[in-house]
Amino acid sequence: MTQILLKVDKLQVRIGEGAGAIRPVDGVSFSIRRGETFALLGESGCGKSMTALALLRLLPRPGGEITGGSVQLDGEELLALTESGMRSVRGGRIAMIFQEPMTSLNPVMSIGRQISESLEQHKGLRGAAAREQVLELLRAVGIPDVERRYGEYPHQLSGGMKQRVMIAIALAGDPDLLIADEPTTALDVTIQAQVLDVIRDLQRQRGMAVLLITHDLGVVAGMADRVAVMYAGQIVEQAPREQFFAAPQHPYSQKLFAALPESSKRDQRLTVIPGSVPPLNQAFTGCRFADRCHAAWDRCRRETPRWYGSDHEQGVLCHLADPAGATAPRAAEAPVSSPPHAAIQERQGEQLLDVEDLKIWFPIHKGLFKRVVGHVRAVDGVSMSIPRGQALALVGESGCGKTTVGKGILQLLRPTAGSVRFQDVELTQLKGEALRRRRADFQIIFQDPFSSMNPRMSVGDIIEEGMTAQRVGGNAAQRKERIAGLLEQVGLRPEHAKRYPHEFSGGQRQRICIARTLAVNPKLIVCDEPTSALDVSVQAQILNLLQDLQRQLGLSYLFITHDLSVVSYLADRVAVMYLGRIVEEGDVRDVLDKPQHPYTQALLSAVPTIEAGTERKVIRLEGDMPSPSSPPSGCHFHPRCPHAMAVCKEAYPAVTETSGGHTVRCYLYSDAG
Amino acid sequence: MRQMVLLWTDALVFLLVAVVLLFAWYARNKEHLRAPWREVVRSRLAVSSLVVLAAYTVTGLLDSVHFRMALPEAQGQQEVQYSGEVLSLLDELLGPMRTQVEKTYSAPFATHLYTRETITGPDGAPQRVYPRLQYGGAHLEDIGDRNRDILLRSLNAVAQALLATALITLGFAVLLARRWKKPLRVALRAMLGGTSSVPWRTAVITIAVVALIIALLAALSPFYHVLGTDKVGQDVLYQTIKSIRTGLVIGTLTTLVMLPFAVFLGMMAGYFRGWVDDVIQYLYTTLNSIPGVLLIAAAVLMMEVYMSNHPELFETMAERADLRLLFLCLILGITSWTGLCRLLRGETLKLRELDYVEAADAFGVSRLTIMLRHLLPNLLHLVLIAVVLDFSALVLAEAVLSYVGVGVDPTTLSWGNMINRARLEMAREPMVWWSLLAAFTFMFTLVLAANLFSDAVRDAFDPRMRQQR
Repeated sequence: MTQILLKVDKLQVRIGEGAGAIRPVDGVSFSIRRGETFALLGESGCGKSMTALALLRLLPRPGGEITGGSVQLDGEELLALTESGMRSVRGGRIAMIFQEPMTSLNPVMSIGRQISESLEQHKGLRGAAAREQVLELLRAVGIPDVERRYGEYPHQLSGGMKQRVMIAIALAGDPDLLIADEPTTALDVTIQAQVLDVIRDLQRQRGMAVLLITHDLGVVAGMADRVAVMYAGQIVEQAPREQFFAAPQHPYSQKLFAALPESSKRDQRLTVIPGSVPPLNQAFTGCRFADRCHAAWDRCRRETPRWYGSDHEQGVLCHLADPAGATAPRAAEAPVSSPPHAAIQERQGEQLLDVEDLKIWFPIHKGLFKRVVGHVRAVDGVSMSIPRGQALALVGESGCGKTTVGKGILQLLRPTAGSVRFQDVELTQLKGEALRRRRADFQIIFQDPFSSMNPRMSVGDIIEEGMTAQRVGGNAAQRKERIAGLLEQVGLRPEHAKRYPHEFSGGQRQRICIARTLAVNPKLIVCDEPTSALDVSVQAQILNLLQDLQRQLGLSYLFITHDLSVVSYLADRVAVMYLGRIVEEGDVRDVLDKPQHPYTQALLSAVPTIEAGTERKVIRLEGDMPSPSSPPSGCHFHPRCPHAMAVCKEAYPAVTETSGGHTVRCYLYSDAG
Repeated sequence: MRQMVLLWTDALVFLLVAVVLLFAWYARNKEHLRAPWREVVRSRLAVSSLVVLAAYTVTGLLDSVHFRMALPEAQGQQEVQYSGEVLSLLDELLGPMRTQVEKTYSAPFATHLYTRETITGPDGAPQRVYPRLQYGGAHLEDIGDRNRDILLRSLNAVAQALLATALITLGFAVLLARRWKKPLRVALRAMLGGTSSVPWRTAVITIAVVALIIALLAALSPFYHVLGTDKVGQDVLYQTIKSIRTGLVIGTLTTLVMLPFAVFLGMMAGYFRGWVDDVIQYLYTTLNSIPGVLLIAAAVLMMEVYMSNHPELFETMAERADLRLLFLCLILGITSWTGLCRLLRGETLKLRELDYVEAADAFGVSRLTIMLRHLLPNLLHLVLIAVVLDFSALVLAEAVLSYVGVGVDPTTLSWGNMINRARLEMAREPMVWWSLLAAFTFMFTLVLAANLFSDAVRDAFDPRMRQQR
C-alpha cells in the first residue's frame, strides 16, 4: 500500500472562453498521504475552492474545464474516468462538506432520510440496517438524542448541528479523503471549536485524510499536518505545519502572519499587504505577487519564479529562495511604527453616549387577530457608556443581540424601553424631523460592503447623499471638493467618484462606506462587524484606517464584532454580550487577560490561535445558544455553564465590580466580591 | 388642405414614444443601464424579433397621425369645410386599398366575386354567373394571363426588396464604420461574416424578409385583393394592417395606465408596512377576486350607454371609437395591475431590509427620497420584464374581448372584430377562410415576436439568470 493517497500534478482549470477566460487554478501540484490533514490556505478568489471542485470534477458548467494536469487517487487517474465511474468516487472515496450548512441540506427531507440516501447510493443499505447505520453516524458526529433527531428537518437544527449532519452524510460512503471547504467559516467560535473537534476525532478513528480549505491561520494551526499556501491560482509555499508556523518562507505567508491583529500590536499600525489579489483573466509575466511584495526587485517582474525545494512536498515559489541567484537587494522593510499620538484628547473623559437599561423586544403575533403571544427579547436591559474619543467593543456570538443594540442606539429600531442619551439629548424621545437633524452625529458602517451601497448610484452620489440630507458641505461645488477630499482621506482617488460600486473590491467598498459616514462629520460611528466579510490582508488595511481616523478626528466607536483579535487591537473597553444582556464589561486588557465570566472564558479559549506549542485548555461549551423568545430561568448561561450552581437557576445575577471598572454578572463573584 | 386631428390615443402614444426616447437619452452614458440592453441585442432571436416589432411599430405610428381632408369648395363658400372622415398617414400610403371596394366576398387574388349573381345576359335571358370584380384584376385583358402577371410583378418586387435591403445594410455599415473608426470594408465584412458581437447578419436577413413582404404587397395590392375582400367588399389586407395600431395601442397604453398603480401602491405597501400595507393588500385582493371579464363587460356597457346618450360630445365617428378604445385600455389597466403590484410589494419588502436603505435612513434621508432613489431604480428591472411579458397577453386579450362583444367599437378595425365576424364566415358554404387567416397571421407574428423579445429581455435583466451565465 502506498503512503500517498492523492497526488495532484500541474492541475489547470479554465472558466470561460477566449480573452476573458479565467484560470483560477494554474499548475497546482500537491499530494496527500493517508490519514493526514492537508491545509490549503489562501484569501478569497485565489482558487482554493476551484481546486477542490476540480478534484471531484464538479466544475461549474458550462464554461468550467480542466485543461491539464493529472489527479491520481491511489494510483488511479481520476481525470480519465467516465462520468459514471466518477459518481462512485464522489461520496464513496472522496467526500466533501461545504461552507454553508444552511443551504447544503434539503429543507423538505428529514435528516435521517438524507443520510440514508447517501448510504443507499454507496453501500446499498436499506431499511432497518440503513437506519441503524444512520444512528451510528449521527452518534459519531456527536449529535445528542439521535433517535429523535433522525426524523427532524433541517430548520429544527442549529448551524453547528447542520454542519455535523453534513459531515455525517459525507462519512456515509466511508471515504478515504474528506474535503472540507471552509467548514466553520459560517459558524461562531464556540461552535467552530466543536465542529473542528468532531472532524479531528473522526479522522483519528477512521484514518481518513482531510483536505482542509480555509483562510484562517488559527484553524490551520490547530488542525493541519502540512500546509500549502495558495495565491492567484498557484501554490506559493508548502511546508509541514511546525516549520511553516516557525519560519514562513514566502513573503506572502510572512505578510499574512504580520497582518493578524493582536493585542501585542496595539498602538502600532498593522502590516498591510497593499492592493488585492490580481484578477486571474490575464497572462502573468514574472511573479504574481510582485506588485504587492515588499521584497520584490526587478527580477520578480521579469522572470517567473521556479519551485525551489524538495519535489512537491516542501518548498517555495519565490526568487528569494534561489540558492544560485544573487540575493535580493533587500528593500528595507516598511517601518512598523505608530503615527504620532497627536490625538484630539483634550475633551476626553466627557461621556458622549449613555445607554441606560435599553430594551428592544419584538412582539410575536399569532392567530387570526394577530394577538401578541410573547416577545423575542433581542436586547433585554443593556447599559453602557462611551466617552468621547474612545472605542467600546461589543462582543458576542451571532444571535446575542449585539447588532440590535447598535441599531437601537441609532434609532433605526425604536427601543421598547430604556434611555439612549447622546450628548445629553434623549434620542428615544426624538421624532421625525428633530431626529433626522441629529442623525449627522451618529453613523453606522455595515458588515457587508456589497449590500450597503445602492448598485445604481455612482460613488460620488453615494457619498453626497448624506451631505444633502443633512445640509452640510455647502453648495454643489464645495460638496464635490469635499467628496474628493474624503476619497483621498480613506485611501482612494478623487476620480473614483464617477465610478459605480461594482467596480471596486470588498476592501475598497468598505473604504467608500467609511467615506460616506465621514461626510456628515459624525461624532460616534457604530461599526457593525466592518471587517468580517474581508480577507485578512484587507482587514488590516481597514483596521488601520479606522484607527487613524479615530486619532485624527477624535471619533468614538461602538465596535460590534465576534472576532476577539480585532477587539484587542482596536478597542479601549470591551463588553461581552450573551442572549440580550451584557455579562462582563471592562478595560480591554483586563477582560482579555483575566476573563471573569465563564462565558467570556469559554469564548476566549475557543478562538483558534496560531501560537503553536502553547497547548491551551479549550473550554468546550455544550449545546447552542437558547432562543431569546424563551430564555432560561435565572442566569441565561446556566444550561451551558461548567460552574453552574443551584442559585444560578433562580434569578439573574446582579452586577459585581471585581476590580476598577471591571464588572461582571455572575454568582461566582457576587459573594466573594 | 388638411386639418390635423389629435385623438386621445394618438396623444398618449406619442407621449409614450417621447418617454422611451427620453429614457434612451438618459441611459446613453449610464453603463449599468446600458449593459443589459447590450446583452439583449446580442441574442439572435431578439434582434430578429426586434426588426419585426420595429416594422409593426412604424406601421402603428404612421396610423397614429390623423387628419381630415378639406371638402371641395362649394359655390360661394366662405369657410373651408372638412370631411367627417378621419384619415391617417397610413391610409394615404395604402391609397387605393381603402377605396377599391368590391360588392361582397372575393377570394385572394380573385378576378371574380365569390358569389353568383343573376345578371341579364346580352340575349336578355337572366344568367347565374360569378361577375368580374370591379378592381381586382380589372387591368387584365385576358384572365388566363393572371398568373404570368402576378409572377412578373413579384419578380419586380423581389428586385426592389433586394435593392432596399442592400441600401439599408450599407447605411448601417457606414454608421458602424464611423463608430468603430474603421474602414467601411471592414465593417461590412464584420456585419455579414457574423463576427460582430451584435448579430448583424441575422438582422440583415430579417430586414430582407420584411422588405420582401412589403415590396410584394406594394406591387400586387393596387391590382389584386391579395387577401381577398370581406362581406361588404372591403380589402381584408387593408383591415389587417389597420388593426395593427389597435393591437399596439391596447398592448402599450394599458401598461401605461397600470404602471403608476402597480409601482406606487406596491412600493408603498412594501415600504410603509402597517395599515398602508393592509389597505393596499385589501384593495388588490378584492379586485382580484372579481372575474375580470365581468368587470370589463360591465364597465364597457356602461360607457356605451353614456356615449349613445351624449352623441353631441363627439365631432366624428373616429373620435367616438377612439374614446372607446382608450376606455378599454383604462379598464384593462385597472383590472391587471394587481399581479405586478403584488410582485413589487414582495420585492420592496426584501429591499427595505438591505443595508443601503438602512444607511439612507441613518443619514436622515426622507422617506419619499428613499423610495424614489433607492427602491424604484432597483425595482425597474421587474417592471420592465412584466411590461414586456404583458404586452402579448394584452394583444390577445383584445381579440378575446372583441370576440365576446365587449371589446373595441365595432367600427374600429381590429383583429378581434375580424375574428368575431369570421365566426359567421366559417359557417358559410362555401367557407370564407381568408379573413380569419389574415387576422391570425398578423396577430401571431406580432405576439410571437413580442414573446421572443421578452424572453431575451428577461434573461438580460433577471439577476438570477445573470448569475448562471
